[in-house]
Amino acid sequence: MASDPMLSMDGVSVEFTDDGGVLDLFGDSETVRAVNDVSLELGEEETLTLIGESGCGKSTLGKTAIGAQKPTSGTVSYRGQDIWEARNDSKNASIPFDEIRHSLQIIHQDPGSALNPNQRILTSLQLPLKKWYPELGREEREERIHTLFERVGMSPPSDYLNRYPHQLSGGETQRAVLVRALLLNPDLILADEAISALDVSLRVEMMDLMLELQDLFQTSYLFISHDLSNARYIAEKSGGRIAVMYLGEIVEIGTVEEIVENPQHPYTKALQWATANLYEDEDDEEFPLRKIDVPDPTNLPSGCSFHPRCPNAREVCKRQHPGRIHAGGDEENYARCFRADDTHEYWHSPEIADEPPVDSP
Amino acid sequence: MSNSDTIVEVRDLNVTFEMNRGQSRVVRDADLDVARNETLGIIGESGSGKSMLASSFLNAVVEPGVSTGEVTYHPDDGEPVSVLDLSESELNRFRWEEIAMVFQGAMSSFNPVTTIRTHFRETLQDHNRDIPAGMDRARELLESVYLDPDRILDSYAHELSGGMKQRALIALSLVLEPDVLVLDEPTAALDLLMQRSIVTLLRDLQAEYDLTLVFITHDLPLLTKLADRIAVMYAFNIVEIGTTDDLLYNASHPYTRALLDTTPDLNVPVEEMNIIEGSKPDPVDHIPGCSYHPRCPMADERCRSDDPPMMTVSNSHESACFYYDEADDAVTISAAPETRPASGQSAATDGGEN
Ligand code: SF4
Ligand code: SF4
Repeated sequence: MASDPMLSMDGVSVEFTDDGGVLDLFGDSETVRAVNDVSLELGEEETLTLIGESGCGKSTLGKTAIGAQKPTSGTVSYRGQDIWEARNDSKNASIPFDEIRHSLQIIHQDPGSALNPNQRILTSLQLPLKKWYPELGREEREERIHTLFERVGMSPPSDYLNRYPHQLSGGETQRAVLVRALLLNPDLILADEAISALDVSLRVEMMDLMLELQDLFQTSYLFISHDLSNARYIAEKSGGRIAVMYLGEIVEIGTVEEIVENPQHPYTKALQWATANLYEDEDDEEFPLRKIDVPDPTNLPSGCSFHPRCPNAREVCKRQHPGRIHAGGDEENYARCFRADDTHEYWHSPEIADEPPVDSP
Repeated sequence: MSNSDTIVEVRDLNVTFEMNRGQSRVVRDADLDVARNETLGIIGESGSGKSMLASSFLNAVVEPGVSTGEVTYHPDDGEPVSVLDLSESELNRFRWEEIAMVFQGAMSSFNPVTTIRTHFRETLQDHNRDIPAGMDRARELLESVYLDPDRILDSYAHELSGGMKQRALIALSLVLEPDVLVLDEPTAALDLLMQRSIVTLLRDLQAEYDLTLVFITHDLPLLTKLADRIAVMYAFNIVEIGTTDDLLYNASHPYTRALLDTTPDLNVPVEEMNIIEGSKPDPVDHIPGCSYHPRCPMADERCRSDDPPMMTVSNSHESACFYYDEADDAVTISAAPETRPASGQSAATDGGEN
């Protein structure tokens, strides 16, 4: 390998211990493995889209990727520098932690939360510049902000910059927050459900804008979405890949053709069913799941975590945990499902006797 | 549709709010017939007036909004009910026993300190129903929405996932046996997989309990999997209404066509995805002529001055566009197949050639 990838995650797991806080959905204090043994690489100007249901760990994985969440095990490296080592042992770090954090930016699901409601947009946007580029004068700062506002179609900039966040529409807020992230010229932007809150008609526009700016700023994107159609749009336009997460694991990762046209994993297929198309949808009627609800994450199912919901589950799926099966012959893309392996004992294993499709909390 | 068995009839409905900037008219002269036992979808962007229209079915527009016009409910047997004239106490009965509503924010409508069982029980009690029989029905309803009654009834809302809560709420809304269920963006806050699952089970519920469903959403693909008919709202009124197939394969209003064209579709090449140009109308503005003319590629002088009435496209299909029969050439839909499938309901069939 010529040089270290911009970002790499190696065997990353993240565990939370429920102390009656956010995860108090299921009662007693238990450990939740939000991310389980994920390895990923992201190069320059590369785009990866993570999809999955809420609670699958995609946001945690995203935060871990940008150094905002410490992994319980495994490493996250930026250009070869372990992010958490840089933080804990700044003397020996080849890249200071501060520089890493500022190269890895985030746009939240609720973009407004990034803007102080009591400050004019201009003030909010100047803050990160002041912090990271203290050598810039006021005029230079404003000029950078103005240029970017023009670039994202918020023109004339002063009209928008003098407003307060509540005076912007959803799409405008989203743009302002995008500008805020881009001002720091980051290598990676994590966009966590950043367009989900917008009207359908505005989403394509926003995605287009982000991809246009990718060319201009040479940023990589880590998109997080629960919507396969957005993921597909981003991945196809950017030539990037899609990773499907389920209960903390990447259960399938591949190109648009692999994930959208020819998914191997039954869970990916279920997500596809969930992404209703207007025309030419097949198999409308069949539930592609044996159970509607996601199981309790503090008590993961044995074997393949998807087996209680999987319509194709067989006895072996209750016992064995599927590894990464590279069906396409590609080293990086894989599915964690025995069905991707023609020679697996799965094919001789008996089907699981039917259980009622009801779930319990 | 007008001669079939109508259960809710809306005439000249207006919903207005007095604001500092002037009067905001969020529903304007709307007419609509909901047929008994149908699933009617109402689609529109946020702010199109769709929620206000639907809230008026139960006279549930919140203060200081005012609904005027006529909303008539035709029960299976008995006299028609003029909904906008009901008193508070009549409404309270009406809203559970005739037309029930589940709305998006409703997931927080469970009281956090009482169990789901208590919610069912109190609802039955408040309406003087037989509790054991009502609780039997509750269990049956919970099972229909894929919940285990034994566990759910003893849970508190915060112990349930969003999808479970929403399903429990749908079950609760049906416990007093309403004939009509209005669902306003009931799944919007949920994962797509849960949304689609709920839509699938609503189809079953509708058949099982002889319901009339009115489903309000901005999600057109999801709606086509559920609705028999779809009404499209733009700028505070219905601009097109027809069967789901009418709309999918012969949309006859430029706005509907633009909406169909801009809907992300996994089958459409990315390059062909478009957006609707122009901005949404302001509820304070009076738009002369056709409300869509500022954004319509077909607009001409007549459109700028005259307001197009509902024009008949076919006996199941109407469009408020002077040039409804030219709309298909003027606004193309990338995802649409060349020909309309030969038979039936798109929701129940595979939509055409592959
Ligand atoms: S390994 Fe078995 S249970 Fe898991 S996804 Fe594949 S078929 Fe389903
Ligand atoms: S009436 Fe005119 S402006 Fe209105 S939708 Fe039809 S063509 Fe467009």
